Amino acid sequence: MELTKQKTNFLSFSPALTEFFTTVAELSLFSLRFFKEVFVPPYEFGEVKKHMDELGIKTMPIVTVTGFIIGLVLAMQSQPVMERFGAESYLPSMVALSVVRELGPVLTALIFAGRVSSGIGAELGSMRVTEQIDAMEVSAINPYKFLVVTRILACTLILPILTCYVNFLAVIGGWIAIYLSTGTSFELYTNAVFNSLQFSDLIPGFLKTFVFGFIVGAVGAYKGYNASNGTVGVGKASTSSVVTASLLILLVDMVLVKVTVWLWT
Amino acid sequence: MDIIEIINLSKSFDDLVVLDDVSLKVKDGENLVVFGKSGSGKSVLLKCIVGLMEPDSGDILFEGKSILKMNIDELNEVRKHIGFLFQGSALYDSMTVRENLEFPLVRNFNFSEKEREEKVKAVLEKVGLSDAIDKMPAELSGGMKKRIGLARTIITEPELILYDEPTTGLDPITTKEISQLVVELQKDLKVSAIVVTHDLICAQIVADHAVVLKDGKIRYQGEMKQLTEADDPFLKNFFRSEVFETT
Repeated sequence: MELTKQKTNFLSFSPALTEFFTTVAELSLFSLRFFKEVFVPPYEFGEVKKHMDELGIKTMPIVTVTGFIIGLVLAMQSQPVMERFGAESYLPSMVALSVVRELGPVLTALIFAGRVSSGIGAELGSMRVTEQIDAMEVSAINPYKFLVVTRILACTLILPILTCYVNFLAVIGGWIAIYLSTGTSFELYTNAVFNSLQFSDLIPGFLKTFVFGFIVGAVGAYKGYNASNGTVGVGKASTSSVVTASLLILLVDMVLVKVTVWLWT
Repeated sequence: MDIIEIINLSKSFDDLVVLDDVSLKVKDGENLVVFGKSGSGKSVLLKCIVGLMEPDSGDILFEGKSILKMNIDELNEVRKHIGFLFQGSALYDSMTVRENLEFPLVRNFNFSEKEREEKVKAVLEKVGLSDAIDKMPAELSGGMKKRIGLARTIITEPELILYDEPTTGLDPITTKEISQLVVELQKDLKVSAIVVTHDLICAQIVADHAVVLKDGKIRYQGEMKQLTEADDPFLKNFFRSEVFETT
Protein backbone atom coordinates (compact mmCIF):
# COMPACT_ATOMS: atom_id res chain seq x y z
CA MET A 1 0.00 0.00 0.00
CA GLU A 2 2.76 2.37 1.06
CA LEU A 3 4.82 1.37 -1.98
CA THR A 4 1.92 2.07 -4.34
CA LYS A 5 1.46 5.49 -2.76
CA GLN A 6 5.14 6.28 -3.12
CA LYS A 7 5.11 5.12 -6.73
CA THR A 8 2.11 7.31 -7.52
CA ASN A 9 3.74 10.32 -5.89
CA PHE A 10 7.02 9.70 -7.70
CA LEU A 11 5.32 9.40 -11.09
CA SER A 12 3.04 12.37 -10.50
CA PHE A 13 6.10 14.50 -9.68
CA SER A 14 7.91 13.38 -12.81
CA PRO A 15 5.49 13.28 -15.74
CA ALA A 16 8.42 13.63 -18.13
CA LEU A 17 9.98 10.48 -16.70
CA THR A 18 6.67 8.62 -16.98
CA GLU A 19 6.33 9.76 -20.58
CA PHE A 20 9.89 8.68 -21.31
CA PHE A 21 9.36 5.16 -19.96
CA THR A 22 5.99 4.88 -21.72
CA THR A 23 7.63 5.91 -25.00
CA VAL A 24 10.45 3.39 -24.52
CA ALA A 25 7.94 0.59 -23.80
CA GLU A 26 5.71 1.48 -26.75
CA LEU A 27 8.70 1.92 -29.05
CA SER A 28 10.02 -1.50 -28.03
CA LEU A 29 6.69 -3.16 -28.84
CA PHE A 30 6.48 -1.22 -32.10
CA SER A 31 10.01 -2.35 -33.04
CA LEU A 32 9.38 -5.97 -32.06
CA ARG A 33 6.46 -6.02 -34.48
CA PHE A 34 9.01 -5.31 -37.24
CA PHE A 35 10.72 -8.68 -36.62
CA LYS A 36 7.33 -10.39 -36.64
CA GLU A 37 6.30 -8.87 -39.96
CA VAL A 38 9.53 -8.57 -41.95
CA PHE A 39 9.78 -12.28 -42.77
CA VAL A 40 6.11 -12.74 -43.68
CA PRO A 41 5.06 -12.30 -47.34
CA PRO A 42 4.13 -10.24 -49.30
CA TYR A 43 7.62 -8.70 -49.56
CA GLU A 44 7.73 -5.08 -50.70
CA PHE A 45 11.22 -5.15 -52.27
CA GLY A 46 10.31 -2.37 -54.71
CA GLU A 47 9.34 -0.04 -51.85
CA VAL A 48 12.52 -0.87 -49.89
CA LYS A 49 14.65 -0.09 -52.94
CA LYS A 50 12.74 3.15 -53.57
CA HIS A 51 13.27 4.30 -49.98
CA MET A 52 16.96 3.33 -50.06
CA ASP A 53 17.43 5.40 -53.21
CA GLU A 54 15.59 8.37 -51.69
CA LEU A 55 17.37 8.19 -48.32
CA GLY A 56 20.77 7.75 -49.94
CA ILE A 57 20.33 10.64 -52.33
CA LYS A 58 18.79 12.87 -49.63
CA THR A 59 21.64 12.31 -47.20
CA MET A 60 24.56 12.12 -49.64
CA PRO A 61 25.44 15.87 -49.85
CA ILE A 62 25.47 16.48 -46.09
CA VAL A 63 27.42 13.31 -45.24
CA THR A 64 29.93 14.10 -47.98
CA VAL A 65 30.72 17.46 -46.41
CA THR A 66 30.66 16.05 -42.88
CA GLY A 67 32.88 13.07 -43.69
CA PHE A 68 35.52 15.20 -45.32
CA ILE A 69 35.50 17.79 -42.53
CA ILE A 70 35.67 15.18 -39.73
CA GLY A 71 38.96 13.84 -41.07
CA LEU A 72 40.36 17.25 -41.89
CA VAL A 73 39.55 18.79 -38.49
CA LEU A 74 40.59 15.71 -36.55
CA ALA A 75 44.03 15.73 -38.19
CA MET A 76 44.43 19.51 -37.80
CA GLN A 77 43.44 19.43 -34.11
CA SER A 78 45.51 16.37 -33.25
CA GLN A 79 48.72 17.31 -35.02
CA PRO A 80 50.04 19.84 -32.44
CA VAL A 81 49.20 17.45 -29.58
CA MET A 82 50.87 14.48 -31.28
CA GLU A 83 53.89 16.66 -32.02
CA ARG A 84 54.14 17.58 -28.34
CA PHE A 85 54.42 13.89 -27.45
CA GLY A 86 56.73 13.13 -30.37
CA ALA A 87 54.13 10.88 -31.92
CA GLU A 88 53.50 12.77 -35.15
CA SER A 89 54.18 9.67 -37.24
CA TYR A 90 51.17 8.00 -35.63
CA LEU A 91 48.82 10.73 -36.89
CA PRO A 92 47.50 8.73 -39.94
CA SER A 93 46.81 5.72 -37.71
CA MET A 94 45.11 7.88 -35.10
CA VAL A 95 42.85 9.52 -37.72
CA ALA A 96 41.94 6.18 -39.32
CA LEU A 97 41.26 4.37 -36.04
CA SER A 98 39.20 7.23 -34.56
CA VAL A 99 37.12 7.54 -37.70
CA VAL A 100 36.54 3.85 -38.37
CA ARG A 101 35.91 2.78 -34.78
CA GLU A 102 33.80 5.64 -33.48
CA LEU A 103 33.51 9.01 -35.19
CA GLY A 104 32.41 7.78 -38.62
CA PRO A 105 29.58 5.49 -37.45
CA VAL A 106 28.26 7.79 -34.69
CA LEU A 107 28.44 11.10 -36.53
CA THR A 108 26.94 9.60 -39.71
CA ALA A 109 24.13 8.08 -37.63
CA LEU A 110 23.43 11.42 -35.90
CA ILE A 111 23.33 13.28 -39.20
CA PHE A 112 21.21 10.52 -40.72
CA ALA A 113 18.84 10.79 -37.74
CA GLY A 114 18.50 14.54 -38.22
CA ARG A 115 17.88 14.25 -41.93
CA VAL A 116 15.87 11.03 -42.20
CA SER A 117 14.11 10.34 -38.89
CA SER A 118 12.38 13.72 -38.96
CA GLY A 119 11.39 13.14 -42.61
CA ILE A 120 9.87 9.75 -41.84
CA GLY A 121 8.11 11.17 -38.76
CA ALA A 122 6.63 14.04 -40.77
CA GLU A 123 5.64 11.88 -43.75
CA LEU A 124 3.91 9.15 -41.75
CA GLY A 125 2.46 11.71 -39.33
CA SER A 126 0.92 13.56 -42.23
CA MET A 127 -0.45 10.28 -43.62
CA ARG A 128 -1.93 9.48 -40.21
CA VAL A 129 -3.73 12.80 -39.70
CA THR A 130 -5.09 12.84 -43.27
CA GLU A 131 -6.47 9.30 -42.80
CA GLN A 132 -4.23 7.80 -45.53
CA ILE A 133 -3.08 5.09 -43.11
CA ASP A 134 -6.71 4.33 -42.24
CA ALA A 135 -7.51 4.19 -45.96
CA MET A 136 -4.81 1.57 -46.41
CA GLU A 137 -6.12 -0.45 -43.50
CA VAL A 138 -9.72 -0.47 -44.77
CA SER A 139 -8.43 -1.57 -48.19
CA ALA A 140 -7.24 -4.77 -46.44
CA ILE A 141 -3.60 -3.72 -46.82
CA ASN A 142 -1.32 -3.90 -43.78
CA PRO A 143 -0.06 -0.29 -43.40
CA TYR A 144 2.62 -1.32 -40.90
CA LYS A 145 4.15 -3.67 -43.42
CA PHE A 146 3.90 -1.29 -46.36
CA LEU A 147 4.93 1.92 -44.61
CA VAL A 148 6.94 0.97 -41.53
CA VAL A 149 8.74 -2.28 -42.36
CA THR A 150 9.97 -0.93 -45.70
CA ARG A 151 11.31 2.29 -44.16
CA ILE A 152 13.04 0.61 -41.21
CA LEU A 153 14.62 -1.94 -43.54
CA ALA A 154 15.79 0.78 -45.94
CA CYS A 155 17.37 2.78 -43.06
CA THR A 156 19.03 -0.34 -41.64
CA LEU A 157 20.59 -1.22 -45.00
CA ILE A 158 21.56 2.23 -46.26
CA LEU A 159 23.31 3.58 -43.12
CA PRO A 160 26.23 1.07 -43.24
CA ILE A 161 26.84 2.04 -46.89
CA LEU A 162 26.79 5.74 -46.03
CA THR A 163 29.13 5.14 -43.09
CA CYS A 164 31.70 3.37 -45.32
CA TYR A 165 31.52 6.36 -47.66
CA VAL A 166 31.96 8.81 -44.75
CA ASN A 167 34.91 6.82 -43.35
CA PHE A 168 36.60 6.91 -46.76
CA LEU A 169 36.10 10.68 -47.10
CA ALA A 170 37.28 11.33 -43.54
CA VAL A 171 40.51 9.41 -44.16
CA ILE A 172 41.04 11.44 -47.34
CA GLY A 173 40.29 14.65 -45.41
CA GLY A 174 42.87 13.62 -42.81
CA TRP A 175 45.50 13.13 -45.49
CA ILE A 176 44.83 16.58 -46.99
CA ALA A 177 45.34 18.23 -43.57
CA ILE A 178 48.57 16.29 -42.95
CA TYR A 179 49.85 16.87 -46.51
CA LEU A 180 49.28 20.62 -46.21
CA SER A 181 51.28 20.86 -42.98
CA THR A 182 53.97 18.21 -43.43
CA GLY A 183 53.92 17.31 -47.12
CA THR A 184 53.35 13.59 -46.39
CA SER A 185 52.69 11.70 -49.63
CA PHE A 186 49.41 9.89 -50.22
CA GLU A 187 51.25 6.56 -50.58
CA LEU A 188 53.00 6.93 -47.22
CA TYR A 189 49.78 8.03 -45.57
CA THR A 190 47.71 5.11 -46.92
CA ASN A 191 50.48 2.64 -45.97
CA ALA A 192 50.37 3.94 -42.41
CA VAL A 193 46.58 3.80 -42.37
CA PHE A 194 46.32 0.22 -43.67
CA ASN A 195 49.14 -1.03 -41.44
CA SER A 196 47.35 0.24 -38.36
CA LEU A 197 43.83 -0.93 -39.24
CA GLN A 198 42.87 -4.46 -38.28
CA PHE A 199 39.82 -6.57 -38.92
CA SER A 200 38.79 -6.06 -35.28
CA ASP A 201 38.77 -2.29 -35.85
CA LEU A 202 36.57 -2.38 -38.94
CA ILE A 203 33.89 -4.90 -37.99
CA PRO A 204 32.52 -3.45 -34.70
CA GLY A 205 32.13 0.03 -36.20
CA PHE A 206 30.49 -1.40 -39.31
CA LEU A 207 28.11 -3.71 -37.41
CA LYS A 208 26.80 -1.05 -35.09
CA THR A 209 25.66 1.07 -38.03
CA PHE A 210 22.99 -1.56 -38.73
CA VAL A 211 21.69 -0.99 -35.18
CA PHE A 212 21.82 2.79 -35.58
CA GLY A 213 20.01 2.57 -38.93
CA PHE A 214 17.31 0.47 -37.32
CA ILE A 215 16.93 3.01 -34.49
CA VAL A 216 16.58 5.92 -36.93
CA GLY A 217 13.92 4.12 -39.00
CA ALA A 218 12.02 2.71 -36.03
CA VAL A 219 11.88 5.98 -34.06
CA GLY A 220 10.80 8.06 -37.09
CA ALA A 221 8.17 5.52 -38.07
CA TYR A 222 6.90 5.12 -34.48
CA LYS A 223 6.51 8.86 -33.95
CA GLY A 224 4.82 9.41 -37.32
CA TYR A 225 2.62 6.31 -37.21
CA ASN A 226 1.20 7.36 -33.83
CA ALA A 227 0.87 11.08 -34.58
CA SER A 228 -2.37 12.84 -33.67
CA ASN A 229 -3.80 16.35 -33.28
CA GLY A 230 -3.48 17.50 -36.90
CA THR A 231 -0.57 19.55 -38.19
CA VAL A 232 0.65 20.30 -34.65
CA GLY A 233 1.00 16.56 -34.12
CA VAL A 234 2.93 16.20 -37.38
CA GLY A 235 5.42 18.89 -36.32
CA LYS A 236 5.79 17.29 -32.91
CA ALA A 237 6.34 13.86 -34.46
CA SER A 238 9.03 15.27 -36.73
CA THR A 239 10.92 17.11 -33.99
CA SER A 240 10.68 14.43 -31.31
CA SER A 241 11.85 11.80 -33.85
CA VAL A 242 15.21 13.55 -34.15
CA VAL A 243 15.61 14.10 -30.41
CA THR A 244 14.66 10.53 -29.46
CA ALA A 245 16.67 8.90 -32.26
CA SER A 246 19.81 10.94 -31.48
CA LEU A 247 19.56 10.21 -27.76
CA LEU A 248 19.01 6.50 -28.38
CA ILE A 249 21.97 6.34 -30.79
CA LEU A 250 24.29 7.78 -28.13
CA LEU A 251 22.93 5.55 -25.36
CA VAL A 252 23.07 2.40 -27.49
CA ASP A 253 26.56 3.34 -28.69
CA MET A 254 27.73 3.42 -25.09
CA VAL A 255 26.52 -0.15 -24.60
CA LEU A 256 27.78 -1.35 -27.98
CA VAL A 257 31.28 0.07 -27.40
CA LYS A 258 31.54 -2.00 -24.24
CA VAL A 259 30.18 -5.10 -25.99
CA THR A 260 32.43 -4.76 -29.04
CA VAL A 261 35.54 -4.07 -26.95
CA TRP A 262 34.76 -7.20 -24.95
CA LEU A 263 34.10 -9.28 -28.09
CA TRP A 264 36.95 -8.08 -30.30
CA THR A 265 39.81 -7.43 -27.95
CA MET B 1 -31.51 -9.69 -47.25
CA ASP B 2 -29.59 -7.36 -44.91
CA ILE B 3 -26.03 -6.68 -46.04
CA ILE B 4 -25.21 -5.11 -42.69
CA GLU B 5 -26.90 -5.21 -39.33
CA ILE B 6 -25.80 -3.22 -36.31
CA ILE B 7 -27.06 -4.53 -32.99
CA ASN B 8 -27.07 -2.47 -29.77
CA LEU B 9 -23.75 -0.80 -30.57
CA SER B 10 -22.19 1.39 -27.88
CA LYS B 11 -18.92 3.32 -27.88
CA SER B 12 -17.50 5.80 -25.39
CA PHE B 13 -14.31 7.83 -25.14
CA ASP B 14 -13.62 8.14 -21.40
CA ASP B 15 -16.82 9.71 -20.02
CA LEU B 16 -18.13 10.84 -23.41
CA VAL B 17 -20.76 8.47 -24.80
CA VAL B 18 -20.58 8.66 -28.59
CA LEU B 19 -22.82 5.74 -29.56
CA ASP B 20 -25.45 4.50 -27.13
CA ASP B 21 -27.25 1.25 -27.97
CA VAL B 22 -27.53 1.95 -31.70
CA SER B 23 -29.27 -0.65 -33.87
CA LEU B 24 -29.91 -0.41 -37.61
CA LYS B 25 -30.00 -2.49 -40.77
CA VAL B 26 -29.10 -1.87 -44.43
CA LYS B 27 -30.73 -4.01 -47.07
CA ASP B 28 -29.08 -5.15 -50.31
CA GLY B 29 -29.02 -2.30 -52.84
CA GLU B 30 -30.27 0.28 -50.33
CA ASN B 31 -28.82 3.72 -49.57
CA LEU B 32 -29.07 4.63 -45.90
CA VAL B 33 -28.27 8.19 -44.88
CA VAL B 34 -27.11 8.84 -41.32
CA PHE B 35 -27.76 12.39 -40.16
CA GLY B 36 -26.51 14.12 -37.06
CA LYS B 37 -24.76 17.19 -35.75
CA SER B 38 -20.97 17.28 -35.66
CA GLY B 39 -19.74 15.00 -32.88
CA SER B 40 -22.91 12.93 -32.82
CA GLY B 41 -21.03 9.69 -33.55
CA LYS B 42 -21.68 9.30 -37.28
CA SER B 43 -18.05 8.78 -38.33
CA VAL B 44 -17.38 6.58 -35.29
CA LEU B 45 -20.23 4.34 -36.47
CA LEU B 46 -18.55 3.90 -39.89
CA LYS B 47 -15.13 3.30 -38.32
CA CYS B 48 -16.61 0.58 -36.10
CA ILE B 49 -18.12 -1.13 -39.18
CA VAL B 50 -14.72 -1.44 -40.92
CA GLY B 51 -12.83 -2.34 -37.75
CA LEU B 52 -10.87 0.91 -37.42
CA MET B 53 -12.43 1.31 -33.96
CA GLU B 54 -13.58 -1.30 -31.52
CA PRO B 55 -17.01 -0.73 -29.96
CA ASP B 56 -17.50 -1.20 -26.21
CA SER B 57 -20.50 -3.49 -26.68
CA GLY B 58 -22.97 -4.70 -29.29
CA ASP B 59 -22.39 -6.50 -32.56
CA ILE B 60 -21.95 -5.78 -36.27
CA LEU B 61 -23.04 -8.42 -38.77
CA PHE B 62 -21.84 -8.31 -42.39
CA GLU B 63 -23.94 -10.70 -44.50
CA GLY B 64 -24.92 -12.41 -41.24
CA LYS B 65 -21.37 -12.87 -39.87
CA SER B 66 -20.12 -10.99 -36.82
CA ILE B 67 -17.26 -8.68 -37.76
CA LEU B 68 -16.22 -8.24 -34.13
CA LYS B 69 -15.53 -11.95 -33.64
CA MET B 70 -13.27 -12.19 -36.71
CA ASN B 71 -9.48 -12.42 -36.65
CA ILE B 72 -7.46 -9.94 -38.75
CA ASP B 73 -7.34 -12.20 -41.84
CA GLU B 74 -11.10 -12.76 -41.79
CA LEU B 75 -11.68 -9.05 -41.21
CA ASN B 76 -9.45 -8.20 -44.19
CA GLU B 77 -11.50 -10.58 -46.36
CA VAL B 78 -14.65 -8.66 -45.35
CA ARG B 79 -12.87 -5.34 -45.94
CA LYS B 80 -12.29 -6.36 -49.57
CA HIS B 81 -16.10 -6.27 -49.97
CA ILE B 82 -16.51 -2.87 -48.32
CA GLY B 83 -15.50 0.46 -49.83
CA PHE B 84 -14.83 3.54 -47.71
CA LEU B 85 -14.82 7.12 -48.97
CA PHE B 86 -13.09 9.31 -46.39
CA GLN B 87 -14.13 12.85 -45.58
CA GLY B 88 -10.83 14.25 -46.87
CA SER B 89 -10.64 11.64 -49.67
CA ALA B 90 -7.41 10.23 -48.11
CA LEU B 91 -5.64 9.88 -51.46
CA TYR B 92 -2.04 8.69 -51.07
CA ASP B 93 -0.24 11.94 -51.81
CA SER B 94 3.07 10.34 -52.81
CA MET B 95 1.36 8.43 -55.64
CA THR B 96 -0.21 9.51 -58.91
CA VAL B 97 -3.93 9.01 -59.52
CA ARG B 98 -3.14 5.84 -61.50
CA GLU B 99 -1.01 4.44 -58.65
CA ASN B 100 -3.71 5.34 -56.12
CA LEU B 101 -6.28 3.40 -58.09
CA GLU B 102 -4.02 0.43 -58.80
CA PHE B 103 -2.84 0.18 -55.17
CA PRO B 104 -5.60 -2.12 -53.84
CA LEU B 105 -5.73 -4.08 -57.12
CA VAL B 106 -2.01 -4.93 -57.08
CA ARG B 107 -2.03 -6.09 -53.47
CA ASN B 108 -5.40 -7.79 -53.07
CA PHE B 109 -6.26 -9.22 -56.48
CA ASN B 110 -4.52 -11.15 -59.24
CA PHE B 111 -5.28 -8.90 -62.20
CA SER B 112 -2.84 -8.68 -65.09
CA GLU B 113 -1.31 -5.30 -65.92
CA LYS B 114 -3.65 -4.96 -68.91
CA GLU B 115 -6.72 -5.75 -66.79
CA ARG B 116 -5.63 -3.22 -64.18
CA GLU B 117 -5.15 -0.56 -66.86
CA GLU B 118 -8.65 -1.24 -68.22
CA LYS B 119 -10.18 -1.05 -64.75
CA VAL B 120 -8.42 2.22 -63.95
CA LYS B 121 -9.60 3.78 -67.21
CA ALA B 122 -13.16 2.49 -66.68
CA VAL B 123 -13.56 3.95 -63.18
CA LEU B 124 -11.97 7.24 -64.18
CA GLU B 125 -14.45 7.47 -67.06
CA LYS B 126 -17.29 6.72 -64.62
CA VAL B 127 -16.28 9.64 -62.38
CA GLY B 128 -15.56 11.86 -65.40
CA LEU B 129 -11.85 12.40 -64.79
CA SER B 130 -10.08 10.35 -67.47
CA ASP B 131 -7.54 13.10 -68.11
CA ALA B 132 -6.38 13.15 -64.46
CA ILE B 133 -4.78 9.71 -64.67
CA ASP B 134 -1.16 10.86 -64.34
CA LYS B 135 -1.75 13.80 -61.99
CA MET B 136 -0.64 13.94 -58.39
CA PRO B 137 -3.34 14.48 -55.71
CA ALA B 138 -1.86 17.92 -54.91
CA GLU B 139 -2.77 19.02 -58.45
CA LEU B 140 -6.48 18.21 -57.97
CA SER B 141 -9.30 20.42 -56.64
CA GLY B 142 -11.45 19.35 -53.67
CA GLY B 143 -14.25 18.04 -55.91
CA MET B 144 -11.78 16.16 -58.14
CA LYS B 145 -10.19 14.56 -55.07
CA LYS B 146 -13.63 13.33 -53.95
CA ARG B 147 -14.25 11.84 -57.39
CA ILE B 148 -10.86 10.10 -57.47
CA GLY B 149 -11.48 8.88 -53.91
CA LEU B 150 -14.78 7.50 -55.13
CA ALA B 151 -13.06 5.88 -58.12
CA ARG B 152 -10.56 4.20 -55.76
CA THR B 153 -13.46 3.00 -53.61
CA ILE B 154 -15.42 1.41 -56.48
CA ILE B 155 -12.47 -0.06 -58.41
CA THR B 156 -12.55 -3.19 -56.23
CA GLU B 157 -16.30 -3.58 -56.88
CA PRO B 158 -17.42 -3.60 -53.24
CA GLU B 159 -20.86 -4.74 -52.12
CA LEU B 160 -21.18 -1.99 -49.53
CA ILE B 161 -19.80 1.56 -49.70
CA LEU B 162 -19.43 3.75 -46.62
CA TYR B 163 -19.38 7.47 -47.38
CA ASP B 164 -18.04 9.75 -44.62
CA GLU B 165 -19.32 13.26 -45.36
CA PRO B 166 -18.91 12.91 -49.15
CA THR B 167 -19.90 16.52 -49.89
CA THR B 168 -18.38 18.47 -47.00
CA GLY B 169 -16.52 21.56 -48.15
CA LEU B 170 -17.90 21.43 -51.70
CA ASP B 171 -20.00 24.06 -53.47
CA PRO B 172 -23.71 23.26 -54.08
CA ILE B 173 -23.19 22.36 -57.76
CA THR B 174 -20.34 19.91 -57.03
CA THR B 175 -22.38 18.59 -54.08
CA LYS B 176 -25.21 17.74 -56.47
CA GLU B 177 -22.80 16.16 -58.98
CA ILE B 178 -21.17 13.95 -56.32
CA SER B 179 -24.56 13.00 -54.89
CA GLN B 180 -25.87 12.06 -58.33
CA LEU B 181 -22.71 10.02 -58.89
CA VAL B 182 -23.45 8.11 -55.66
CA VAL B 183 -26.95 7.29 -56.96
CA GLU B 184 -25.61 6.28 -60.41
CA LEU B 185 -23.11 3.95 -58.78
CA GLN B 186 -25.85 2.39 -56.69
CA LYS B 187 -27.88 1.71 -59.85
CA ASP B 188 -24.97 0.61 -62.09
CA LEU B 189 -23.02 -1.49 -59.60
CA LYS B 190 -25.98 -2.56 -57.42
CA VAL B 191 -24.11 -1.64 -54.25
CA SER B 192 -25.55 -0.75 -50.87
CA ALA B 193 -24.36 2.38 -49.11
CA ILE B 194 -24.29 4.10 -45.76
CA VAL B 195 -23.88 7.83 -46.27
CA VAL B 196 -22.92 9.85 -43.22
CA THR B 197 -23.71 13.50 -43.81
CA HIS B 198 -25.30 16.65 -42.48
CA ASP B 199 -25.86 17.96 -45.99
CA LEU B 200 -29.56 18.01 -46.83
CA ILE B 201 -29.03 18.39 -50.61
CA CYS B 202 -26.89 15.27 -50.68
CA ALA B 203 -29.29 13.34 -48.44
CA GLN B 204 -32.36 14.20 -50.50
CA ILE B 205 -30.65 12.95 -53.67
CA VAL B 206 -29.15 9.72 -52.34
CA ALA B 207 -31.32 8.51 -49.45
CA ASP B 208 -33.69 5.57 -49.58
CA HIS B 209 -33.89 5.54 -45.80
CA ALA B 210 -32.54 7.84 -43.13
CA VAL B 211 -31.41 7.67 -39.55
CA VAL B 212 -30.88 10.67 -37.28
CA LEU B 213 -28.41 10.39 -34.41
CA LYS B 214 -28.60 12.66 -31.37
CA ASP B 215 -26.35 12.29 -28.33
CA GLY B 216 -25.32 8.84 -29.52
CA LYS B 217 -28.89 7.52 -29.75
CA ILE B 218 -31.13 7.04 -32.77
CA ARG B 219 -33.69 9.86 -32.71
CA TYR B 220 -35.44 8.91 -35.97
CA GLN B 221 -35.34 6.01 -38.39
CA GLY B 222 -37.48 5.77 -41.53
CA GLU B 223 -38.24 7.26 -44.95
CA MET B 224 -36.42 10.45 -45.95
CA LYS B 225 -39.63 12.25 -46.97
CA GLN B 226 -41.33 11.56 -43.63
CA LEU B 227 -38.22 12.71 -41.83
CA THR B 228 -38.29 16.23 -43.28
CA GLU B 229 -41.99 16.51 -42.44
CA ALA B 230 -41.70 15.14 -38.88
CA ASP B 231 -43.18 17.07 -35.94
CA ASP B 232 -40.22 16.41 -33.63
CA PRO B 233 -38.89 19.87 -32.55
CA PHE B 234 -35.24 18.68 -32.72
CA LEU B 235 -35.69 17.37 -36.28
CA LYS B 236 -37.52 20.52 -37.37
CA ASN B 237 -34.80 22.69 -35.89
CA PHE B 238 -32.03 20.51 -37.35
CA PHE B 239 -33.42 20.56 -40.88
CA ARG B 240 -34.31 24.25 -40.74
CA SER B 241 -30.70 25.08 -39.90
CA GLU B 242 -29.39 22.66 -42.55
CA VAL B 243 -31.61 24.25 -45.23
CA PHE B 244 -30.36 27.65 -44.11
CA GLU B 245 -26.74 26.48 -44.30
CA THR B 246 -27.04 24.88 -47.73
CA THR B 247 -28.97 27.65 -49.50
